[in-house]
Amino acid sequence: MRKFETLNGLVVPLDRANVDTDAIIPKQFLKSIKRSGFGPNAFDEWRYLDHGEPGMDNSKRPLNPDFVLNQSRYKGAQVLLARENFGCGSSREHAPWALEDYGFHVIIAPSFADIFFNNCFKNGLLPIKLDASIVDDLFKAVASSEGYKLKVDLEHQLIVTPDGKEIAFEVDAFRKHCLLNGLDDIGLTLQHVEEIKTFEAKHRAAQPWLYA
Amino acid sequence: MSAKTLYDKLWDSHVVRQDADGTALIYIDRQLVHEVTSPQAFEGLKLAHRKPWRTASMLAVPDHNVPTTNRAAGIADPISRLQVETLDANCAEFGIVEFKMGDIRQGVVHVMGPEQGATLPGMTVVCGDSHTSTHGAFAALAHGIGTSEVEHVMATQCLVAKKSKAMLVKVEGKLGRGVTAKDIALAVIGKIGTAGGTGYAIEFAGSAIRGLSMEGRMTLCNMAIEAGARAGMVAADDTTISYVKGRPFAPQGENWDKAVAYWKTLHSDEGAKFDATVELDAAQIRPQVTWGTSPEMVTDINGRVPDPASAPDAVKRADWERALQYMGLQANTPITEIKVDKVFIGSCTNARIEDMREAAAVAKGKQVAANVKLAMVVPGSGLVKAQAEKEGLDKVFIEAGFEWRDPGCSMCLAMNDDRLEPGERCASTSNRNFEGRQGQGSRTHLVSPAMAAAAAIAGHFVDISKE
Repeated sequence: MRKFETLNGLVVPLDRANVDTDAIIPKQFLKSIKRSGFGPNAFDEWRYLDHGEPGMDNSKRPLNPDFVLNQSRYKGAQVLLARENFGCGSSREHAPWALEDYGFHVIIAPSFADIFFNNCFKNGLLPIKLDASIVDDLFKAVASSEGYKLKVDLEHQLIVTPDGKEIAFEVDAFRKHCLLNGLDDIGLTLQHVEEIKTFEAKHRAAQPWLYA
Repeated sequence: MSAKTLYDKLWDSHVVRQDADGTALIYIDRQLVHEVTSPQAFEGLKLAHRKPWRTASMLAVPDHNVPTTNRAAGIADPISRLQVETLDANCAEFGIVEFKMGDIRQGVVHVMGPEQGATLPGMTVVCGDSHTSTHGAFAALAHGIGTSEVEHVMATQCLVAKKSKAMLVKVEGKLGRGVTAKDIALAVIGKIGTAGGTGYAIEFAGSAIRGLSMEGRMTLCNMAIEAGARAGMVAADDTTISYVKGRPFAPQGENWDKAVAYWKTLHSDEGAKFDATVELDAAQIRPQVTWGTSPEMVTDINGRVPDPASAPDAVKRADWERALQYMGLQANTPITEIKVDKVFIGSCTNARIEDMREAAAVAKGKQVAANVKLAMVVPGSGLVKAQAEKEGLDKVFIEAGFEWRDPGCSMCLAMNDDRLEPGERCASTSNRNFEGRQGQGSRTHLVSPAMAAAAAIAGHFVDISKE
């Protein structure tokens, strides 16, 4: 997993609540057995005017000029600003894979769906929950100022606006540690093999039918 | 010892270790596997030269990509075919039990698991699929996980997790005529919203829940995720135990007696504390129909499409306006005046034998309306299909003009060839009415099996409680 490094990223506003993972990456792209290459199909149905299928040359497809990601001022955005319950629906990890592959490092929203939130941390993406009123202010600031960037410092858990205002955010200590160091969970868990084996033996004795 | 919730009991009995900040390693008893969310996990495992910790805890089935017609010809789409073949190859390589496409036990993973007795009370159950919440109907702690976690569970038999808060959804009283578990689920989501359960594990309780069959409880827990809760659950009782008894993976002999004694403890203790409680009166719940592009956009059959002008805030107003435009609906239209183009009866929510029976009871001796281009019934597994055929339900459906298909996820998410054309409107027994869910430009109305069958016959939504 890539390490999360402090960035000063262009912000793109996606002004809709309940953006689901079907919208982030439509089902036809889930047929891939790979983990990469989903970026060009992130938000496929909103982003393109035609119907997308795997294997198409996405650079030749007609773009929807109304969709915010297609507006030139947001090209190269690394921070996605969203509304409540972002990432609801399906557990598909293809959603964070697509967002990461597109180039996002940070997603800011008032709330996230649990599974999506969890999946982000496994892929070097930082989801940040902020009060709805702060998110609202950010939407206004982005709209009124072209090239609006936010500095996101995970180490100090701070977002810094262009005018120097600091916004603190919460993050789980374990997840922060993993993101900053690019650690994957499996290696860490396997440091506890003996504890797992001890638990398993006890569990097997108590509920032998689970092992029959 | 203080009173515990069912969730406390399930959690506590699976904690391998816990750090001071609450981050825990949870032992997983059962991992269900399907073709869409597992290939990258198997690949990761192999790249790291790891092997599954306990293959006997795993059970695999292809369901999302499988065709529901003409199976003998195989899967036409080469990309879908490769995904299913990859699952076959991975299971063969690691010695994981898999019910392949030609097997009568093949079906939607969340129908197959319980049907086989592979989901048992007291278990922790995971699958790379958000509707894993279904298995909580058995007093199990069950939830969906991402593919990185699928690999993590394969490699370590554990999941890194933090305990959720506990919510009690209590439904007391008797359900009215034509009102089902699906309507309870949609009514709960209508009340608390699709983010209402975020951060919680929901326990469904109350006399109306105890009165539900296991099929009904599965429907309800299945949709806990649509209320934002990763896990839904129902306490174990005689209904649970008699459903499990005698199934292929269920304990036998001495183990059965031991298991039953333990399972009877799987309920919330008197006085257990919940972080939130929601109460519904069963008698007040009417057949539900969604009108928008989120399951919380729901009303009852006697309701009307809402007017965005009456939305509680600006964000919601914009959402409703967008939803009405996408759905091609006018504000204030009575739900019963909405005509449907297609009908889908199936999915991990509503494709079990009881669902087939409820839909067939409505369709019996009637004809699908002329304006309905396609009404399809997709049983949840080969065994559900066989049972339905034994009861003659296939004939009821076929004579009424429905198509009777082979089992799979089908048009719930349209990964196979079963999908809506742009602009088509469908009465669907599935779980998500998101934009594009049933095909690009598709318009989905979520309903119960009986409501879907009735819509197929009438050509528009009807109040089955008055039929």
